[in-house]
Order: sequence, then C-alpha cells, then structure tokens
Amino acid sequence: MRLESETRAPLLGVKGWAIFIAVGLFLVVAVPLLNALPPSSPVHVPDYLIPLLGKYLCYALLALSVDLIWGYCGILSLGHGAFFALGGYAMGMYLMRQIGERGVYGHPILPDFMVFLNWDSLPWYWYGFDSFAFAMPMVILVPGLLALVFGWLAFRSRITGVYFSIITQAMVFALMLAFFRNDFGFGGNNGLTDFKEILGFNVHAPATRMGLYIASAVALGAAFLLCRFIVTSKLGRVLLAVRDAELRVRFLGYSVTAVKLFVFTLSAVLAGIAGALYVPQVGIINPSEFSPAQSIEIAIWVAVGGRATLAGAVLGAFVVNAAKTWLTGVAPEMWLFFLGSLFIAVTLFFPAGLLGISSQIRRRLARRPAPALAVEAKDA
Amino acid sequence: MQSPDRHRRTHPLLLLFAIVAVLAGFLHGSPARADRLEELAGKLAAGSFSQRAETAEAIAAFGDTRATPMLEALSAGELYARKDDGRPVLVERAGDGYSLTDPLSGESLGEAGRRDVEKIKVNNRVRGAVSDALTALRLFSPDRNVRMSAAAEAATSPSETMLAALRRAAEAETDPAVRERIGASLAVSSLHSGTPEQRLAAIGELSGSLSNTVRNALRDLAADPDTDAEVRQAAEAAFAGIERKRSLIELGLNLFQGVSLGSVLLLAAIGLAITFGVMGVINMAHGEMIMIGAYATFVVQELFRTFLPPELFGLYLPTALPVAFCAAAALGIAIERGVIRWLYGRPLETLLATWGVSLILQQLVRSIFGAPNKQVANPDWMTGGFEIVGGYVLTYNRLYIILFCFAVFAAVVLVLRYTPFGLHMRAVTQNRSMARTMGINSDRIDALTFGLGSGIAGIGGVALSQIGNVSPNLGQLYIVDSFMVVVFGGVGNLAGTLVGAMTLGIVNKFLEPVAGAVLGKVVVLVLIILFIQRRPRGLFALKGRAAES
Repeated sequence: MRLESETRAPLLGVKGWAIFIAVGLFLVVAVPLLNALPPSSPVHVPDYLIPLLGKYLCYALLALSVDLIWGYCGILSLGHGAFFALGGYAMGMYLMRQIGERGVYGHPILPDFMVFLNWDSLPWYWYGFDSFAFAMPMVILVPGLLALVFGWLAFRSRITGVYFSIITQAMVFALMLAFFRNDFGFGGNNGLTDFKEILGFNVHAPATRMGLYIASAVALGAAFLLCRFIVTSKLGRVLLAVRDAELRVRFLGYSVTAVKLFVFTLSAVLAGIAGALYVPQVGIINPSEFSPAQSIEIAIWVAVGGRATLAGAVLGAFVVNAAKTWLTGVAPEMWLFFLGSLFIAVTLFFPAGLLGISSQIRRRLARRPAPALAVEAKDA
Repeated sequence: MQSPDRHRRTHPLLLLFAIVAVLAGFLHGSPARADRLEELAGKLAAGSFSQRAETAEAIAAFGDTRATPMLEALSAGELYARKDDGRPVLVERAGDGYSLTDPLSGESLGEAGRRDVEKIKVNNRVRGAVSDALTALRLFSPDRNVRMSAAAEAATSPSETMLAALRRAAEAETDPAVRERIGASLAVSSLHSGTPEQRLAAIGELSGSLSNTVRNALRDLAADPDTDAEVRQAAEAAFAGIERKRSLIELGLNLFQGVSLGSVLLLAAIGLAITFGVMGVINMAHGEMIMIGAYATFVVQELFRTFLPPELFGLYLPTALPVAFCAAAALGIAIERGVIRWLYGRPLETLLATWGVSLILQQLVRSIFGAPNKQVANPDWMTGGFEIVGGYVLTYNRLYIILFCFAVFAAVVLVLRYTPFGLHMRAVTQNRSMARTMGINSDRIDALTFGLGSGIAGIGGVALSQIGNVSPNLGQLYIVDSFMVVVFGGVGNLAGTLVGAMTLGIVNKFLEPVAGAVLGKVVVLVLIILFIQRRPRGLFALKGRAAES
C-alpha cells in the first residue's frame, strides 16, 4: 500500500478543528483554571472531580482504540480490557517499585504482597520496573506484543466476526484467571495498590493529579489526531473496505492480514497507554479489569457515541461513564437495568449512536428510507 | 441405618459382644467381666498418674462400651470420686450439693455434699491413654460407622493395648467390611513388631489394601533402617503395588469427573451450538437461560415444600424439568422475536444486544430473589453415592447428570433427524435462501430453534442446580466455557459439540491435578486459541458452500 498524499482527505474539517480546539482548550486550560478558583465560586471545579475526569479521559482513549478497529475495520474485540489492564499493570509495577521502604513491611526491594507471600527475591519479570524509562516502553510493548502475536495467529487463519470476538473474550478471561493467582506474581486478588509517588511526585497531591489529568487529555488529543490521520489516509479506505467486504479486498490483492494486524496492534498500544494513565489516577489495578464484562462494556461506549466516528467513541465513553458514576451512587440496582437497556436500545434503535441521532431523526421526518449501515453486511 | 434411640434398646449385636467378650475373658483366665469392670473403675481414683493410665489401658483392653461415658468424663476432667470408697461418679449440681450417678450403669447414687467428692485429676499421659482407650472402645460400638472409623483410627496409634483391642474386635466383628478394615489396621499395627515372618505375613495381608494409612505405614517401614532387608523389600514392593493400583483408580476417577464436567458443558453448549448454527448469532444471554432453569427448579422445590406432603418431595425434580424447559423456551422465543429478529445479518450487534438482555435478566433475578445463593436440595435418590473400591466414591448426582445429559443429547439428535421441524432446521442451517425458496418459513424456524436451544439450556440449569449453588451469575460461570465448546467442536453439528464438550471436560480434569484448577483452565483456553489456528471452523466444520459466509 502506498500512501498517496493527493488522495488524502483533510485531517479535520474547519468545523472539526474548531470543536477539537474548543474541547481541548476547555479540558486543558479551562478546567485547571476553574479548579484554581476559590471554593466559594459557583463555577469552581472541586479537587475530587479532577481524577474522575482523568479517569473518563482514559476510558475515552480506550473507547477510541476500540472504535478504530470495530468502527473502521469491523473487528469487534471483546478483550480490549486485557490490553488496557496490561498497560495498567506495567505502570502499576513501576509505582510499586517506587514505594520502596515505605511499604507496610518496609522491605527495600520487594513489594508488600511478595513479603507477605514469603518470597525472598524479586521475580525476573519485575526487574527494571524501578526505572520510569524502562516501564514506559513496557506500557507500549507488552500490550503491543500480545496483540501482535494474538492477532497474527487469529487473522492469519482468517478468524473473523463473532469467532474473533469469542476468542478475544476467552483471552481476556484466561488472563483474568491467571492474574487472580497469587503465585503469578502480580499481587493476585488485591492487585497492585498503595502507590506513593510517581517520578518523585506524591500521587495523592492535587498538583500531581492535575498533571496526570492534563497528560491524559493530551494523550487523548494526540491519539485522536493519530486515528484521524489513519482513517483519512488510503490505509483508512482499505480498512473500510475490509470491514464491508473482506473477501473482495483479499481478491483485489491486498494483504488483509497485514492491514488488520497493524490496526489491531496499534489499537492495543493505545489501550495500553490508556491503562497506564488510568492506574495512578485511580490508585489501584487489580484483575477485575480483565473481566469479560468490563471489556464488553467498552463496545457499548463506542456504540452509544456512534461507531466509525472516533469523536463518538470519546463522547460515548464520557456519557456512559458519567451515567454510571451518577446511577451507581443514586440507585445501584438500577445500573444494570440501565446498561442492559442501553445495549438493546442502541443496537436496535440508534445504530448510528448519539452523533447520528440528528441525521436519523431528519431522515425519519423526511420519510426517506435509512441507508443500510454496512458495518456487518455479509460479503456473500 | 439405626434409629437414634439405639442406646436404650439392647441391640442383638451388643448381646453377641457381651457373650464373646465374656468367653474371651474366661479364656484369659479372668473372673466374670461385670465385676472386673467395676473393680477397674474403682482403681481409677487411686494411685499415681501412671497407674491411672494403666487402668485406662486395662479398661480399653476389656472392650466394654459401658465404660465410654466414664472415660469421656475422665478425659474432660469431669469425673469425680467419692471420698469414702473411691468409687468414680458423675456429678450434677443439685441445690447445695451434688446428685451423683454411677458412670457405668447410669444409676442414681443419691446426693452428696460438695466436700464428699473429689475430682479425679488427669495429666497428658492419662489423657493420651484415655483417648486411645476410647478409640479402642469405639471398636465395639453398636453403630457400624463408628466401628469403621475407629478401626481406621486405630491404625494411626499402634500400641499393645490397641493391638489387643483390635484382635478382640476382629473376633467379635460380624460386618464383613468392618472386619476387613479391622484386619488391615491389625496388620498395620503388627508391621512394627513381631518376628520377620509375622511382619512379612502382615505385609502380604496389606498388599491389596488402598487406604492411606496402610500406604504410609508401608512407606515408613520400607524407609526404616532398623528393619531387616527382606521385610523392607517386601514392604517396598507392596507399597509400589498399592501406588500402581491407586493411580489406576485415580485415572478412572479423573475420567469420570471429566465426563461429568463434560456433560455439564454439553448441556450448556447444545443450545448455543444450535442457535449459532442456524442463525449465525451468538446469544450472550444463553447463560441466563441456564440460570432461569435453575431458579425455576428452586421455585418448584419451594412450591413442593409448601403445598405438598413431604413424601412427594422427591418428585419435585422431575416436575421441574418441563417447568424449566418451558420457562426458558418462552423467554428465548420472546428474546428472538423482540430483539434478535431485528438484527438479522448483524451478528456483532446481536452479540451486544443479547449481552444487554443478559445484564437485565441477571439484575431482574437479583431483584426478585435477592443476591445470596439459593439452596436447591438433592432429592433422596440423588444423595450419596456408591463406593467402587476402598475410599473411592462415585456420587449419585454426578452419575445421574451424566445419564441425563446423554438422554437429552439423544433426544435432540432424534428431534433433528426424525421430525419435520428438525428437517427444516437442518435445511435452514445449511442454506437459508435455498430453504426459503423451498417454502420453509425461516422466521418460524428461527423462533422455534431459539426456543429449543433456550429450553435445553433451561433443563441444563435444573441439572446444575443439583451440583452447585443457584445464584444470579450462575450463567456467567459457564458462558465462556460453552463458547469454547462451540468454537472447538464446530458449529451446527451436534457430534462436534459432544466431542468438544467431553474433550474439554476431560482435559480440564486431567490438567487440574498437574497445574491446579485455575492454571489448568488457562492452559485449556490457550490450547483452544492455538487449536483454531489449524481448524478455524472447529473440529467438525460444515463443508461446502454453506460454510463460507
């Protein structure tokens, strides 16, 4: 595939850039300023909201990564939580090593849970994680390598559609079972927690949290532009073609396996980065991040916002998670009813998601038949 | 089984013991036993601790179960002695003083002041002897199970007293199984004493046994440097023989458990395979159909408990089957008509929508029945199990589930093969458009297929309620595994589902002892992911045009 610049669509339209910059300024400039206002001010953003917003930003990045492969390439991964969690664990391992002697048992090298398990030395795979410069490449490499190997195995033998979804679910389930084990060396049930500092800054300090929040916002913005760059390139066209008619693309001589493998791996890397930013803000990473239910939920964020729009994934992640935060606080037993209905309603009635609702209504009013959403149209 | 008031009646066996024991007593040249026991009891209070322990041993060798309450009281430090004649008594506070009972006969001995009785003191040596004595006495208990466990326990503390008691019990025992156990314990106890010839004979006697005690005793003997070489060799050979036999039985037992797990997976996966085969959709709410079936069983059980006489209780399970089937099938058809039908040709969205259905069903059941697990009782005919060989038990509930699962499987195969509905279903599976052209109403087939698949999941839930707890997330426990069965076995093909389920069940159970339950499961999942490299469409893939879509 040659990327020919003359066929490239603009990265964003004028309206798109305007919205991007407005949202970006709001998140990176306005929110910190509002946070700095005195608490008595009506528009003051309280401290506790900052890590919460940061968490949503990480979820949005995760949703973006899923939209890239599901919306544009038709690969529905039900195991993306695995890449998110692996990135998170890589970051968590760095944070664990930073605790040093401040742990409950005060061991200079071993994290508390290892002392508790009577281990006398650090397992080899924990080496190097005391250095930020080592841990950060791992955040990218570990999920990336897993996606590369898993994707290569799957795409090579042309596992597509629901089969692929099911085996990604099996993968995340297997990882969850493995990480639940104490002797796996990642803290078992309790995961990694009680972090003290990151790069020498106290993780609980409001300033550090603000820094992490801004980092998440910047990462999300950069990832969004990167994804836009890909989907507007010629590669993006091939992706859409693979989504809509994989066999034909194959017959035209494209290497579908290579294309899929590339976006799948990239998407896993983005998910890993999201996980790494997520962990210091919520202060814990445990195997429940690997639970299959968690991974399926990501798909609904994307679907709620609108598939194959990128911006919709971000929007969906914010809307669904804000609803979750609010509803689990107000009426926890209603949350699953709500989430379940959301799954059904979005797939049945709003296949284009929030971003598509206005055009859907306009079309309905004009009594024109809706064009079939070709996302999973069969090739045969 | 004996009634709880067995102690009050004179059991025929007890009578026999008494006679045998009296005869034995004569052979040992002792005076009539009734007097002797009283006499021995009288000695308990007097003398030093070590004399007291010897007395306890003597009482044990005597083998009269009447002494049990007295020894129990002694070891608990609650046995008193009358100061004037040293006679042991059980006391109970009555007003200012105590009311006294004879520990052997249970007769009342009137009242006494607090100063008239004195606690009989015990130390660890006495306590040990008393505990051994109690074990020895339990060898003569009228309850068969008590004798059985006492015989097994006796082998763990071999002493002269225990040997004597075991010998006496072996003569008195009438139950063949208990007799065998006593014989084994006797042999274990005599492994460490006597002439080499006697020990060799004991080893010979033990070589067929399977019990842990025997195995450990032989292993210790084989490793004991003080024993002569011949005995050690024989012990080692016997030990190896036992190990071989045990590993063979364990293999068989693993196989049984694997098939049992496989049947559960099969029940969970049949419906999934059918619906996936016919409509190409993955029903994520399939696990919830299992859960609904299990809750239907629970409801039927509660209704039986409330409204019907207890002797009919055992019938609740057969009643629950059609109820669970209908409940799950109706729900399945409702889901198909309400949700899935509108998403035809969009399998990934179907997957998400049915996941939504599953979340709602889980929460609904949690709201109605509450989050804690519900207990579903096994009916009488499903409790227990039978012992194939020493200590290895096949439980009835697992056995019935295997049989039940194969019956369901056979029924489904027959329905698919010999009914018009089955014919139509297979036609739609193979080529939907062609089937429609031939006048098959594929909508109706979709709905019925979904109903059938969900109904089978429902009766799978009935079976699962018999081997585990019923909880709102019951379905989630099996959903990933049943997907694996379908992916592994291939779609739209029941033979594939059968082989897939059994293979996964057996491989899982065989990996468990090697890798542990969790790691075994991880290994299985990794193996499946690797396996579908070779056969992306499963073990038994449909061939021809229909397969490529």
